[in-house]
Formats: sequence, C-alpha cells, structure tokens
Amino acid sequence: MTTMKPDIKHHVPDDLLMAYSAGALPEAYSLAIATHLSLCDTCRAAAESYDAVGGAVLEDAPEGAATMSMDSLAQTLARLKASEPREAVRPARPRSIFPGPLADYVGTSLDDIRWRPIGMGAKQMVIRTSPTASARLLYIPSGVGVPDHTHGGKELTVILDGAYSDETGRYGPGDIAYGDDELHHAPIAEDGGPCICLAVTDAPLRFKTIIPRLLQPFLGI
Amino acid sequence: MILRIRDDGDQSAFVLLFEHFAPRVKGFLMKSGADAATAEECAQDVMTTLWRKAHLFDPSRASAATWIYTIARNRRIDLLRRDRRPEPEDLTWGPEEEPRPEDVAVLKQETDLLHQALSDLPEAQADLIRRAYFGELSHGEIAAETGLPLGTIKSRIRLALDRLRHAMK
Repeated sequence: MTTMKPDIKHHVPDDLLMAYSAGALPEAYSLAIATHLSLCDTCRAAAESYDAVGGAVLEDAPEGAATMSMDSLAQTLARLKASEPREAVRPARPRSIFPGPLADYVGTSLDDIRWRPIGMGAKQMVIRTSPTASARLLYIPSGVGVPDHTHGGKELTVILDGAYSDETGRYGPGDIAYGDDELHHAPIAEDGGPCICLAVTDAPLRFKTIIPRLLQPFLGI
Repeated sequence: MILRIRDDGDQSAFVLLFEHFAPRVKGFLMKSGADAATAEECAQDVMTTLWRKAHLFDPSRASAATWIYTIARNRRIDLLRRDRRPEPEDLTWGPEEEPRPEDVAVLKQETDLLHQALSDLPEAQADLIRRAYFGELSHGEIAAETGLPLGTIKSRIRLALDRLRHAMK
C-alpha cells in the first residue's frame, strides 16, 4: 500500500517511539505503533532516528569489550555459502484497511473479522498477543459513543476507518490517540460510516457509570 | 560496504564488517543478558542476516551501525523470548530506483554527528541511553528526552522517505 497516505494529525509520543526502538514494549503496543508507522512517515522517520541512537550505542561499545572466538569468522563464512544469498522480498499484500503488521494478525479482509457484539451496535474482536497488554479491533457505528471511561494504564488507539471525536479532538484514519491514567473520555463515532480502530491497553478500561462496569466482565473490554 | 555485499556479493567487504561489528554485537547481547557462548552464536546469526538482507539496506535512511543494531535488537527479542515486536510494512527501493548519493552522504554526516553528540553527553545521561538500548529499562522508565540533537537526522530520514514514496508511485 504505497498510494494515498491519509492526512494524519495525531502522532506517537516520543517516549513510546524510543521504547519501541529499544525493543521494550509489550507486543500489543508494538502492534499499534507498527500499524501507525505503516501509515505515517513522520513517525516512521522519528522511529528510525531512535534506531540511529541504537546504532550509535552499538558503534560506541569499546573495542575489545567482547571478542569473537578464533574460528568464528570461518564458521560464519561457511554459513554464508550454505544460505541463500538473499531473502525474498515479501510479496505485496492486497489493498486493505489493515496495514501489513495488523494484517499479520487479523487477515486483510474486513468481512472475515469474527466480531462479537458489545452493545449499542458496537462490536469487538480480541487479538491474541502476549498477556502483558491487550489488543482488540473495535467497530463503533456512526453516532455511537464508547461509554465514558478512565484508564488504569496507557491506551493507544489507531483509527483504521471512519473517525471519532472526544474532548481531546477529532481522530481520523491513520491517527493514533494516546490516553493515560488521567484521561476520562467519551469518544463518539462520527456520522458517515462506522469507526473501525485498533485499541490497545495495558489494563482493562474502567467505565464511570455503574451499568457498563457491571457488564465489563462479560464484555471483556 | 553493505552496498558492495548487495551489489557484488563481495565477501572481502563482509569480512571487514564482521571484524568491526561482530564483537560489538556480541558485547551488546551479553549486556542484554545473554551468556558468552549464546551471544557469540547470535552475533554470527546477525552477520549472516546482514548478508542475506543486504538488498533491503537503504543508506539514505540508516548507517550500517543503525541497520545492524535493528537486526541485533530483533535477534535479542527472539533470544530472550521477550514480547514479539511487529514491524511496519517494508518500504524499499525497487531495482530501477536508487537513493541519491548526496542523500547518502548527508545521512552519513548526520550519523557521525549523532555519534559525536553521544560521546559528548554527561556520563550519567549517556549511561541512561545505553541502558535503555541494552534492554535494561522498562517502557515506563524510558524518557525520550535524550539530550541528543535528533531533529536534523529525523528530517533527513523524512526527506529520504518522501523521495522513496515518490519513486514508488
């Protein structure tokens, strides 16, 4: 997918980009960031600049801190001979609202998503990742709001299609929204089509009203 | 060097890169918690991956050290059975197009400046950065304020991405 890039207004905070570059994030967070980077060259460039810091750290290691054993080079050269000279470029994927890293988890077709209803016409699909954080696809019909909730941890949301607004602004395709412990918000999907997004949290969402809180164990959100 | 591997399968270029980087990768993996024997074997893996993926290297976006760092980081994640780390979609120059030599030269300058800036930092600050990249800090402990001048290298990479997007159209 190299054609039209969406007009992205909301980006990944720098501390998360650096943690992504250092390899310090839970799988679900890395999935949200890789999904956004596939759509946003501004953040991709920023992430690669943090990789350059990693390169400088590697280069900076004092000479002789670790030495390779005598026959190491010979062994490696033998492995080169045995291995294919170049790894094939991955074939282009079909066009999809799911960028490559997300398509690796959910496939490329929206029609194949096995949604589960979570009320008010909204639906979700939980994505299997390591248990340190959780990821799900959300489908929110036009005009429907996700109940007002606070976060026990950090929440990252990447908009894939449609748009929603909350107290902090409007989020459209490719935008990434970041909420921490302090944020209470009640996002509402815009008119004109459902809002489909990837939502990642490191703690379950807590709803402010009593009914959704009672339902929470059943909904798994 | 990596370009000589990419274009000519040049083994002597590989030997030079191996001698410079393999011990550094081994040290990096040991700092990240691997024992010496495992780190040695993984350093060999990393260098083998460099050979196999040389055609994906883009010198207008990354130095050799940066690129090898990303391979070593990914190897460390596999090795220590850390969380999987999904990657963005590949963006690479096709066989007909190449990055501009002047972009490659400017990126090299910027990388050298970044390296210099890292050595000029107060020790406590440099140490915090090293610990983040050796995998010793959790994501909550990582502060993006590195004290390093990242703005210029970021805009050079951004420019390279714009040219690449244009070439892909």
